[in-house]
Amino acid sequence: MANKQTHFVAPENETPLMAVDSVTGDSQPSNLWLDAWRDMRRRPMFYISGALILLVIFVALFPGVFTAEPPNDKCYLSNSNAGPMWGHPLGFTRQGCDIFARIVYGTSTSLTVGILVTILTMGVGIVLGAIAGFYGKWIDAVLSRVGDIFFAIPYILAAVVVMSVFSHNRNVVVIALAIGIFAWPSTARVLRAEILRVKNSDFVMASTAIGVSRSRILWRHVLPNSIAPVIAITTMSLAGAIVAEATLSFLGVGLPSSFMSWGNDISQAQSDIRTNPMTLIWPSLALSITVLAFIMMGEVIREALDPKARASR
Amino acid sequence: MFGYILRRVLQAIPVFLGTTLLIYFMVFAMPGDPIVALFGDKGVNPAVADQLRHQYHLDQPFIVQYLIYIGGLFVGDFGTSFSGQPVANILAQTFPVTIRLAMLSLLFEMIVGIGIGLVSGLRKGKWFDNSALVMSLIFISLPIFVIAFVFQFFFAIKLGWARPTVSGAANWGELILPAIVLATVSIAYIIRLTRASVIDTADQDFVRTAYSKGLSRGRVVRVHILRNSLIPVVTFLAVDFGVLLVGATVTEGIFNVPGVGRTLYQAIIRGEGPTVVSFVTVMVLIYLVVNLLTDLLYAALDPRIRYGK
Amino acid sequence: MRNVKIGAALVAVAATVALTLTGCAGGGGNDNIITTNGSEPQNPLVTTNTNETGGGLILDSIYAGLVYYDAKGAPVNDMAESITSTDNINWDIKIKSGWKFTNGEEVTADSYVNAWQYGALLDNAQLNSYYFDIIEGFSYDKSTPLTGLTVVSPTEFTVKLAAPQSDFPLRLGYSGFYPLPKAFFDDPKSFGENPIGNGPYMLAEKGAWKHNVDINLVKNPDYPGARKPLNGGLDIVFYATLEAAYADLQADNLDVLAGIPDSALKTYKQDLGDRAVQQGAAVFQSFTIPERLAHFSGDEGNLRRQAISMSINRPELIQAIFNGTRQPAKDFTSPVIAGWSPDIPGSDVLTFNAAKAKELWAQANKISPWSGSFQIAYNADGGHQGWVDAVTNQIKNTLGIDASGAPYPTFGEFRTAVTDKTIATAFRTGWQADYPALANFLEPIYQTGAGANDGQYSNADVDALFLKGNSAKSLDEANKFFQQAQEILFKELPAVPMWYGITDGGFSTKVSNVAFGWNGVPILYNVVKK
Repeated sequence: MANKQTHFVAPENETPLMAVDSVTGDSQPSNLWLDAWRDMRRRPMFYISGALILLVIFVALFPGVFTAEPPNDKCYLSNSNAGPMWGHPLGFTRQGCDIFARIVYGTSTSLTVGILVTILTMGVGIVLGAIAGFYGKWIDAVLSRVGDIFFAIPYILAAVVVMSVFSHNRNVVVIALAIGIFAWPSTARVLRAEILRVKNSDFVMASTAIGVSRSRILWRHVLPNSIAPVIAITTMSLAGAIVAEATLSFLGVGLPSSFMSWGNDISQAQSDIRTNPMTLIWPSLALSITVLAFIMMGEVIREALDPKARASR
Repeated sequence: MFGYILRRVLQAIPVFLGTTLLIYFMVFAMPGDPIVALFGDKGVNPAVADQLRHQYHLDQPFIVQYLIYIGGLFVGDFGTSFSGQPVANILAQTFPVTIRLAMLSLLFEMIVGIGIGLVSGLRKGKWFDNSALVMSLIFISLPIFVIAFVFQFFFAIKLGWARPTVSGAANWGELILPAIVLATVSIAYIIRLTRASVIDTADQDFVRTAYSKGLSRGRVVRVHILRNSLIPVVTFLAVDFGVLLVGATVTEGIFNVPGVGRTLYQAIIRGEGPTVVSFVTVMVLIYLVVNLLTDLLYAALDPRIRYGK
Repeated sequence: MRNVKIGAALVAVAATVALTLTGCAGGGGNDNIITTNGSEPQNPLVTTNTNETGGGLILDSIYAGLVYYDAKGAPVNDMAESITSTDNINWDIKIKSGWKFTNGEEVTADSYVNAWQYGALLDNAQLNSYYFDIIEGFSYDKSTPLTGLTVVSPTEFTVKLAAPQSDFPLRLGYSGFYPLPKAFFDDPKSFGENPIGNGPYMLAEKGAWKHNVDINLVKNPDYPGARKPLNGGLDIVFYATLEAAYADLQADNLDVLAGIPDSALKTYKQDLGDRAVQQGAAVFQSFTIPERLAHFSGDEGNLRRQAISMSINRPELIQAIFNGTRQPAKDFTSPVIAGWSPDIPGSDVLTFNAAKAKELWAQANKISPWSGSFQIAYNADGGHQGWVDAVTNQIKNTLGIDASGAPYPTFGEFRTAVTDKTIATAFRTGWQADYPALANFLEPIYQTGAGANDGQYSNADVDALFLKGNSAKSLDEANKFFQQAQEILFKELPAVPMWYGITDGGFSTKVSNVAFGWNGVPILYNVVKK
């Protein structure tokens, strides 16, 4: 960020006058998303988090590379809660299943649920929240009240109904739907609030004055300036979705037990919390690291999208 | 302003009808016959089951059941639970407890979440920011029953600072521990949200202007940065209030709080239509009020936001 | 429909503000009150309409029936002077005089007969109505009075049964057979909120039942029976989870705890030391593979059921999943019941034997090759996932077939699928005894067309042995027939026995003399506060 220069009255974020006033007339019209992409590639954080995310995706796609243990076919109660041993680096669950193998094989389910839910809530939440906040009036009233209704439905009830309708073909998409369909209103509300604030900014008025169309103002100017809080909660809610899958499995409305998932492992480890907490900690750790990678990536994207943060560098 | 509030209040009517209809339909669509469950593992006496179905109108088509319920509401009858208790009484017993719990929890979220988030945002990338991130990660990736269990074990049983469970009175003091547990997950969100918002705001022109006017750093942070960063945070807190009202099932179970989450969960599992719908309806009404208040609060936080036309 | 003022709901919101200010404190000051864990009754507290443990615990404390069960499950006369019969059909019941309900009303033969008539009448839709189906005049189709009940005098009535029942006196301690005062018939609904009984305890006051919180009972000073409380009263606290109750016990906030949460099964004996209790209880767990499933009918089905039973290592499973707090099943009943035997011929099918299991499975495959996946359905809201997964893993490992659990989200959905016979998999079945008799574990489940015969099992020989047992002159003689019936059951395995329940529990440092009864319920009237 900016240097601290004590002899100025305004110490923060000092921008040289030339940079503000100069206009490069012959440059290409700037594309916000392209600029952001260029900016991202300059950051080490982007590569670290990107590498972690790629690793997790690789584990999800090719679990067999990482462990020779078929995780669900060799659960022997004689191994119940046994500690680590050769070939089983993390030990065993109460059911006598290999913890490491379960985590490796559970990656794809958990990651898919997390990402699908995030896409769903972000997609629906951003579109509806942006429209409600920007256009206001009756559009806002309708969209916000619809959001209220969806929000009010207890997710357990929703999950029981959705999962029962699909009781014979429960899969990751169905469970992502069950979690996501009632989770978007919070994203929508946060974005709507931020847009209410941003749409009164000077640059919006300026854009309107020079005749930029309303929808262009919204998607090109207002939205990028309002997206920071959405990114902040979205990267967190990725973890929320993975844990929610755990809760649903625990309540019997989740995936069948033939699907391995971190959530399933975490909820099943509940009864071992006093005696063998490691069965709980390992899948939680896998979850934490994945979420950390996405939070870091979210941070990079947020800064790249923020024109002010970019200009100051 | 008054016109705006009036309009919002009027909007509650379609929301109310929409919610009750939707929820009633969902309870109706739930597979399984709640009357069969009443017989436990024992045999079902078909004649008795028919009688009970008739008594609870479960032998009627969906829309008739719904209209009977709505009709009852107009004469002040919320229906009865399978245990023969008027739903109105259950509402009156559980909502005060849960609202107290939710308010306490919000208080913690506000103090801790906004505090840590603000410092994190102002010292982006420093050790404080990073350790706050690690802390939030721990709380968010552990399921709440673990946090509840650990807190209960250490603070209540080992250290004896609090009662491990909440008594029937569920007074403020007893609710502190479960409120903290409930707050932990949301605190992680509040921290991230406040931090992002503060970073965003700290870059704004008016902050630079404020500094250039010679205002002290403390004043700039308090009046300009924090106040302008609060809108998304306040929104999230309002959303979270709704979540806390119904979503505290697990925590209420572990601390034995006689509140909404636990009762509503039981009612859902048992397929008690009138109980579920009444709870969700009260919850929607509260939620509408909270949302109206937050929308009004936006205007207070940012004078550029105006309602009224 | 009940007319409730709309205000009550609005109070929900308003009261928050009020309670906020007062921060009101509750709880009793009486030191001689025993606190124990219970659960919110699922029905109004009416004897003929309570069929679950939450309400049963309360009713057993506030009512005295003709007999009660001692710790071993033997019937002891409570209000009965004598219960006699010469033919097991016509029973003469004499009751002690001078007993009163806590509202002062005398308990007479009418109090019993009217209560039973009420409970049996289909129009009254009482959940325990099936209890009276042994009495002459009962009908599952029409709302008809029990013609078999005759009041002889205020202290004597006769019962004529539809068929002989040698264990009839044994049944009479069940809460469905308690007497009811006139006040009940005047207003059953408000009675259900504030029941009036004749037992060792009574409700502390009107409104003592605080829903979802607790119920306060105090000693009934006028109770003349043998279950005289050694304490001043009971505070039965309704817990949503055993976790919460266990935490309270550890903090000495709860005096008597029945049940230990899964997470503490391994440690509770260390945690509590000599305050831990472990005792057999009349609970039987099994799973049922109905005949109508593909590959499970006739001889093929019997072979497969036996193979599946033998591929389960019950002791290993119980050790791993329950830390040894269950007892591997040896028959279809329970060891706390008089007449139980661990070595009925054929019971070796309950012993793990991988080689024999594979052999039987191969034999069945010769009749018709196996295809598909073996699944056991369970309700996910009841904590069954652990053992079902373990059982299916063992079956998978031993027989080499695909096997898994099939969760249903709610008990209601699960029971609906089971009782309307649409379920297309095996399913878990459990039985908690209503009264301590072998017959209660067998007849309701395996008799042709019986109420809880979820597997639609039917065997004329078994039915005939049940009939002989019921007509027998003595219980000992009856039990011989019931054992013979079990020999047949072992060949056909209408249910695959898994284990007997055990009650784990504990008590606080403030009380002594804590023991649990045959049904796993603590004998609360004997608990003494230090």
